[in-house]
Amino acid sequence: MKHSFIDQYSDSNSVIHRLDPRTKFLATLAFILAVTLTPPHHGQAFWVYFALVSVLILLSRVPVLHILKRSLVIMPFVLLVAIFVPFLKENGLQLFLTVVVKAWLSILSLVLLMATTKIPSLLEGLEWLRLPRVMVMILSFMYRYIFVLVDEVMRMRQARDSRNFGGSRWWQLKTIGSMVGTLFIRSYERGERVYVAMLSRGFEGHSRTRENLGFKLADAYFGISFGLALFLAGVFGFWGG
Amino acid sequence: MNEVIKIENLSFIYPDGQSALSDVSLTIHLGERVALVGPNGAGKTTLLLHLNGILPSNGQVKVFGSAVMDGNLKEVRRRVGLVFQNPDDQLFSPTVFDDVAFGPINLGYSEAEVRQSVAQALRWVGMTGFEKRSPHHLSLGEKKRIAIATVLSMSPEILVLDEPTANLDPRSKWALISLLKRSTMTLIIACHDLELVRAVCQRVVIIDQGRIIAEGSTENILGDMPLLQAHGLAPDGSKTA
Repeated sequence: MKHSFIDQYSDSNSVIHRLDPRTKFLATLAFILAVTLTPPHHGQAFWVYFALVSVLILLSRVPVLHILKRSLVIMPFVLLVAIFVPFLKENGLQLFLTVVVKAWLSILSLVLLMATTKIPSLLEGLEWLRLPRVMVMILSFMYRYIFVLVDEVMRMRQARDSRNFGGSRWWQLKTIGSMVGTLFIRSYERGERVYVAMLSRGFEGHSRTRENLGFKLADAYFGISFGLALFLAGVFGFWGG
Repeated sequence: MNEVIKIENLSFIYPDGQSALSDVSLTIHLGERVALVGPNGAGKTTLLLHLNGILPSNGQVKVFGSAVMDGNLKEVRRRVGLVFQNPDDQLFSPTVFDDVAFGPINLGYSEAEVRQSVAQALRWVGMTGFEKRSPHHLSLGEKKRIAIATVLSMSPEILVLDEPTANLDPRSKWALISLLKRSTMTLIIACHDLELVRAVCQRVVIIDQGRIIAEGSTENILGDMPLLQAHGLAPDGSKTA
């Protein structure tokens, strides 16, 4: 079965797609930092951030609807955390809105990053940025095997449904529980087989890497202008509010 | 003749007390193509895991004249390339290139050497141009070829394959068989696909319940119906293969 739900659209081509993954990752990080550090009473700044990320989304030519849909996934979690704020604090409503807006802006930039960067090159970028090797490996295994696991879950579900899954709610829960258990054991055993396959090819617990990335002039332009825009947005927020 | 692998009186008991191999002795010569044939659970895979030191032996396994020990594991694993049955275990990297490059990188090849060995290995299995693909998006036949390439990139002298044709459709299977026939390496193939054995191997070793039952030329062994029937390799009472 084919899936591409993680980095869908990442293999199309645009100014943003062509940027070095490291540039994009650092820009996203800076953007999120700027957004989260902006105090709640500097409302206008958020419009500037929004304009900034919108321009990038348009430049990336990723369908806007896709990005919007993806960005809403985070909302239930944000609401769950922030829903009580209006009742507990003075000025709570403003605070609540700020939290929601900040979360949404941050997730917008992350969705954009994922939609314009292939996971393998993002991982390479993270490694170059000195993210510990173990973390990079965990992420890369996750990316490689999440699809295999999804397939496995689908096959298990088909097998279950073919045997007429029904009965009481309690019985259904028990069935799902044992499916989860089976899945865990299978994954664990697969982990051992993968490790043996790695050992067979000379793996010794640490891996050397190769360099495949290159900053281009476009990255410099983008970095400078994006940094400047963020800086101006911050300044605008502080004096404008 | 030139002995490349010599196994003498090898027995192996898994930690849970299950006996997997008992008193196995086997010699493989340079350039030979040998099939290890036996029913499921006969101990074929366990035997293969001894050939490159994944499972420990006390000097009963000799590769190129020297016993497999902790000190020479790396060398042994380069010279004996082991291809596992399930390509989803063998291919664990985000891209095909990364996977084929894994062995050479672990062996400490230079950047240029890595690229060259990857290109060569992919050309040999007819998969040039798949470097940037994700293993998950390949067909099983393609995955099998890539899995072989991941080992070939380390330029092994002995190629060991576990069930190379399992689950393949006839077209992919015969493509793989013609690939194997082209090789000049020493081949050791564990399987119970007698068509594959007949097409590729000159010598057959029959294993059942952890013991070597018979060995001889492909013609003699595959012509011996009662022998095949006794070990679940041919239908009972049938006179045709």
